[in-house]
Amino acid sequence: MNETAQDQDTGFHTEDMTISVGPQHPSTHGVLRFVVKTDGEVISEAIPDVGYLHRSIEKIGEKVTWHGYVPYTDRADYLAAMFANQGFCMAAEKLAATPVTRRGEFCRVIACELNRLASHLISVGTFGQDIGAMTPFVHALRERETINNLMEEICGARLTYNYIRIGGVGYDILPETCTRISEFLDHFAPIVDEFNRLLTGNKIFIERLAGIAVVSKEDALQYNLVGPNLRGAGVKWDIRRDIPYSVYPELEFEIPVGTGHIGTLGDSFDRYWVRIRELQESCKIVRQCLKMLPKGPAISKVARKFKPAVGECYVRVEAPRGDMGFYVISDGSEYPYRVRIRTGSYTAMSIIDKLSKGIMLADLIVLIGSLDVDAPEIDR
Amino acid sequence: MEPSEIFARLEKQFAGKVSDFKGDVQEPYFSVDAEAILEICRFLRDDAELKFEILSDQTAVDWPKEEKIQVVYHLYSYAHRHQIVLKVDLSRDNPTIATAEGIWKVANWFEREIFDLFGVIFEGHSDLRRIMLPEDWVGYPLRKDYVEQEEYDGISTQRAPLVDKLMR
Amino acid sequence: MQAYLDQLMQGGAFAGVPREVVYAIGMLLAAFIVLSAFVAPLAGVTSWLERRVWARMQSRVGPNRVGPQGILQWLADGIKNLLKEDIIPTAADKKLFSLAPYIVFMGFLCAFVVIPFGGHLIVADLNIGILYILAVTSLVVVGILMAGWASNNKWSLLGGMRSAAQIVSYEIPAGVSVLMIVFLAGTLSMQGIIKGQGWAPWDWYLFHNPFTFAGFFLYFTAALAEGNRTPFDIPEAESELVAGYVTEYSGMRFLFFFFAEWGNLYVIGAVATTLFLGGWQVPPLAIFENSPMLLAVAQFVTFFLKAYLWVFVAMWIRATLPRVRVDQLMSLCWKYMVPLSFICLLGTVAFMFVPANGQRITSAAMFGLGVAITIIFFLRVGFQIRQAKPELYFKPHI
Repeated sequence: MNETAQDQDTGFHTEDMTISVGPQHPSTHGVLRFVVKTDGEVISEAIPDVGYLHRSIEKIGEKVTWHGYVPYTDRADYLAAMFANQGFCMAAEKLAATPVTRRGEFCRVIACELNRLASHLISVGTFGQDIGAMTPFVHALRERETINNLMEEICGARLTYNYIRIGGVGYDILPETCTRISEFLDHFAPIVDEFNRLLTGNKIFIERLAGIAVVSKEDALQYNLVGPNLRGAGVKWDIRRDIPYSVYPELEFEIPVGTGHIGTLGDSFDRYWVRIRELQESCKIVRQCLKMLPKGPAISKVARKFKPAVGECYVRVEAPRGDMGFYVISDGSEYPYRVRIRTGSYTAMSIIDKLSKGIMLADLIVLIGSLDVDAPEIDR
Repeated sequence: MEPSEIFARLEKQFAGKVSDFKGDVQEPYFSVDAEAILEICRFLRDDAELKFEILSDQTAVDWPKEEKIQVVYHLYSYAHRHQIVLKVDLSRDNPTIATAEGIWKVANWFEREIFDLFGVIFEGHSDLRRIMLPEDWVGYPLRKDYVEQEEYDGISTQRAPLVDKLMR
Repeated sequence: MQAYLDQLMQGGAFAGVPREVVYAIGMLLAAFIVLSAFVAPLAGVTSWLERRVWARMQSRVGPNRVGPQGILQWLADGIKNLLKEDIIPTAADKKLFSLAPYIVFMGFLCAFVVIPFGGHLIVADLNIGILYILAVTSLVVVGILMAGWASNNKWSLLGGMRSAAQIVSYEIPAGVSVLMIVFLAGTLSMQGIIKGQGWAPWDWYLFHNPFTFAGFFLYFTAALAEGNRTPFDIPEAESELVAGYVTEYSGMRFLFFFFAEWGNLYVIGAVATTLFLGGWQVPPLAIFENSPMLLAVAQFVTFFLKAYLWVFVAMWIRATLPRVRVDQLMSLCWKYMVPLSFICLLGTVAFMFVPANGQRITSAAMFGLGVAITIIFFLRVGFQIRQAKPELYFKPHI
């Protein structure tokens, strides 16, 4: 029982109401639960309760072979499956010192950036849906349908790709697919502008987002926020630029950073704005890669029974939800000894309790959506 | 800074508490004594030359053959762009270590996961309870010798052998 | 309606029956016909139309299977809901839980008694017509609060509370805007207000003076808020509160709430048309002189089209705009709309002292402004459509 200030003033006995947001709820992204104590509409604490989607991917890593683990990494975050594939394959290649073909690297970047487009489209679309704007959501999904179809042409699957393999990529990208990808990119650029006109410039939307759940730079570093959450707080840090991997050093793209031009620096609008800008930057990257795509084999020869040397390594990839870290230990056998996936959504959840004190129930939904947390990433 | 320089600096400051620097591997690391972990972490975070403001990852690895559970800290510095890995060896019977929550707030959630899946107790943690698994789960799944409990809440956790299933 | 009954009685029908009984039975019959033949299909078709309009705005198709172009979809939904299991949560307050949908339903149904469909096509031309509508649509609050409380569900409670606050607050700008027109017309009766306007747009109260022009938009916004429509659909904010106060309802009870919402859309449109857009007034053409039947049909069609235009605009707004937060909603009402509506009221009253010639000039000027705004609006819509390259949507890139 909490005695609020009202109790002392008026003698009315008031209690905080405990509400459970989730696990079945239309707008917690995935199966998440928050135990929220509210005083009317104002939240006094929101404690996340995760684990509903825990599939023990890390334990499975110790039981399957190196090649066989790649489809499991897809499920670590099914909206951004390519990145988890790439992280694990990079870790395995680092341990075994396997070279990756140049064409394979470019195919990887094309696939990953298309996946980033798809993931950000879902993120901003569902974010708009949570706020109440249903039209941008359907438009975003319509574009994502095209990306899914392109992915199906590339690797045969629409959601969990198992495309990036140890040593390169599973299938080569055919010239027809390259043409279709560039047609899609030409089609996509005005869509982002329309999205901005519909949603980003909308006064009601801005009022809902500006100044809500501000994350300061110190908090962003202390709570290890990564990806658009970190860049939305004003820290210009992107793994593709600062700890580069693959062929990103040869590509030209900007890193969008939140500037606080609407509302405060580090608020929900900044995080959302960074994602919109990243949509545009990813288009640029894919265009450059399509132009620079060299000829050659898509995958290098890797042993069927893959046995890397004894050792461990830590690899980071810039996934749509932030820096996904793979800590892989090998003991020389054909099964990994330990696979650890450290995802951006997990650490983003840790800041929710702090940020949610004093905001309203409707703002909690905005907060969760702007942090772009994703249940499969949290629970693995 | 190079990892060897980082280690040298730490050795100067905390002689005897850090050891076993391995520099010629993919991720250079060194071992830290469990009692000294807090002061070393604080030094790593606050020292101007080192400035490891980010705890990238905190996880644990189970080495049953060497009878230890190893807690691994991956630290990164945005300011100086270097990284270092700390390893702390704890006994398998009673793995206890001080919490790093006061130094990097994100350690709160990392440590809850390590407690949940490995059984490592973090002293001083504000809210040490299971995070992924239900509160009344028995056992620490990511340990190598983990065997599932027979039943949970009346539901059997064993899969019936395939032939029996087909016959039924 | 009363006049018609009087005519019949003078003609000798219903001899021997007391007048009051004839009136009572006649009114009930008329109300029943209006409600079953007009309101029920109207609410149903509005639900279908809303889904088609949204779908088209979201580059999809919408229900188009049941009946030609899916027009019987509402009938299928209604039958499905009637056949569903009747679930009442164990810990819910059974009597209140069952009663709540009917109160909400009544709240909007009663308004149809005074909607003027045509010159003589009105069930009861009360001389307090518009006041009666404002009063009766407030019954909805009681129903929603009952639904929220009786569901024994914290989410429903939150939805019910929010809704009560919202509807009660937005009564004020709506009521004051209505008051503006009542002052101009000099009567509360719906037919009286319409007769005070003319058939031509520059004779409508909408263009009478700048204050009624602003008052129209105030009324429309406040009415949307009262009808729980986006951007004010917080009580049933489906992405926040699961389904707000209707969370625990299923089957026909669930449908009653939404039936009331869609029907209420028409009431909003009808009241807006009556007050601001000249109602059923048609140009005095010769063919109407000769055939009262044709006149009645023309008046009915005019009124219906004008009212339905606003229903369409409400759907359009819902498909486009996100939701306002509840404290922003409250501050919008109390800090902005209430003072603005009072200013408009005072302005309208001041305008009544302007001589007739001045009023004609103002009407003409406002009409010109209205035409200009409409033209700019359609130009802008055309620009947006051109920018969006509709050929990309009609031939999707798959």
